[in-house]
Amino acid sequence: MPFDHKHLLGIEFLPKKDILTILDTAESFVEISTREVKKVPILRGKTIINLFFEPSTRTRSSFELAAKRLSADIINFNRQFSSVVKGETLKDTVLNLESMQSDALIIRHNCPGVPHYISTFCRSHVINAGDGAHEHPTQALLDAFTIRQQKKKLEGLKILIVGDILHSRVARSNIFLLSKMGAEIACVGPPALLPEEFKEFGIACDYDLDRAIQGADVIMMLRIQSERQQKNLFPSLREYKDIFSLTPKRFRRAKRNAIIMHPGPINRGVEISADLADSAKSVILRQVENGIAVRMAVLYLLLGGKERETTD
Amino acid sequence: MAEKIKARVMDARKIKRALHRMATEIIERNRDLSSLVIVGIRTRGIYLGKRVSSMIKELENIKIPVGVLDITLYRDDFSELEAQHMVKKTEIDFSVVDKDILLVDDVLFTGRTIRAAMDSLIDLGRPKSIQLFILIDRGHRELPIRADYVGKFLPTSKREIVQVHLKEIDETDEVLITEPVDTT
Repeated sequence: MPFDHKHLLGIEFLPKKDILTILDTAESFVEISTREVKKVPILRGKTIINLFFEPSTRTRSSFELAAKRLSADIINFNRQFSSVVKGETLKDTVLNLESMQSDALIIRHNCPGVPHYISTFCRSHVINAGDGAHEHPTQALLDAFTIRQQKKKLEGLKILIVGDILHSRVARSNIFLLSKMGAEIACVGPPALLPEEFKEFGIACDYDLDRAIQGADVIMMLRIQSERQQKNLFPSLREYKDIFSLTPKRFRRAKRNAIIMHPGPINRGVEISADLADSAKSVILRQVENGIAVRMAVLYLLLGGKERETTD
Repeated sequence: MAEKIKARVMDARKIKRALHRMATEIIERNRDLSSLVIVGIRTRGIYLGKRVSSMIKELENIKIPVGVLDITLYRDDFSELEAQHMVKKTEIDFSVVDKDILLVDDVLFTGRTIRAAMDSLIDLGRPKSIQLFILIDRGHRELPIRADYVGKFLPTSKREIVQVHLKEIDETDEVLITEPVDTT
């Protein structure tokens, strides 16, 4: 099954068969991280640049380890300590870094569409590591990988996404991916954070967590982005907590073998109770662990093999 | 491209006899079978490895573990491959440290696959030795590699293709020499 893409910009336009190729390839990469020598030589001599214009712990270090375990060289660009603060434009920054012979750029930016824009003028492979509220494809892929690992399938599962859907690129990418795979998706959150347009994708929208959680196989909690609280999209953090926090009592309404996911960083005691986050039902750290194998698969599929003329 | 069959050089009986002889040679050469482990190279090396393991079990009543090695990530011709090779799992659930590894593959040709397999094995730990087990040695080596156990030496031209079929995945046991036919 050839994987014929130059970039990974999002899930929305990625065909189901290519998603499956990434997930299946990732299965083979899990074992490498359990070895004593956690390294294979396949991307030796390739140069990858982590270009993060927004803070990140998990995604950046996960990509960095994934690249290193494939023997690629990777450098980290940090906005704060770069010439961006001296007024260099995005395009100039990218062109300058690329003239150092990079093979791939991993991009996070707070503006939606930046990875796509960069892919229009640069030679390197571009991987979207999160662009504004648009997409975060590798997060959705690692989420799907984790669900498949736990539930042995994706099709027909009842998946509940809870929280700030409006601002969440994780939710968008997951909705695209999981609906392509035939899962049944429902979203729950305060009305102002729950875009009605999602109903057009066949997504159930609800404002009552106690009702929506019934029978769920997977509960995906999103971080409540308290920095957006100034906009008064919900009355107060305390009220949000009362209505939308995942507590042991609420969790009991889900399926007996339901799992809890969260893309991190978690606000303990806000969107999820600390006890639940640490419980055996939570696969939050498993998601982080799987992130490396999934990103190794993405890097391998994009950078490995012959340069080909591709359509995207 | 179409291909035509030039010769059927081994059938099920011949393959079985060759494997039996090789199993005996392995027992003869490895006095301490308890440190022997088998690693089959995907895909047909796995089945040959399993067969040899069960033959040794019959002869000596000792169970030799069989692991599976995928060498895609160690290939040196990677960037020349037309389509991408799917990476499959390496499944070696025993330690290779201080073990005598019997590395098993169906055909020995340029030797590059074996080079990749040895690099991969050594990354998993330091084995005591690696011995090479090959059903068909067809010549044309590009690296200084030779097999310790050979089912059959088969002189071929570079244009020819040697196909090993095993009933576990190909329905029948046989070795064929084929040649591509230009249909243009």
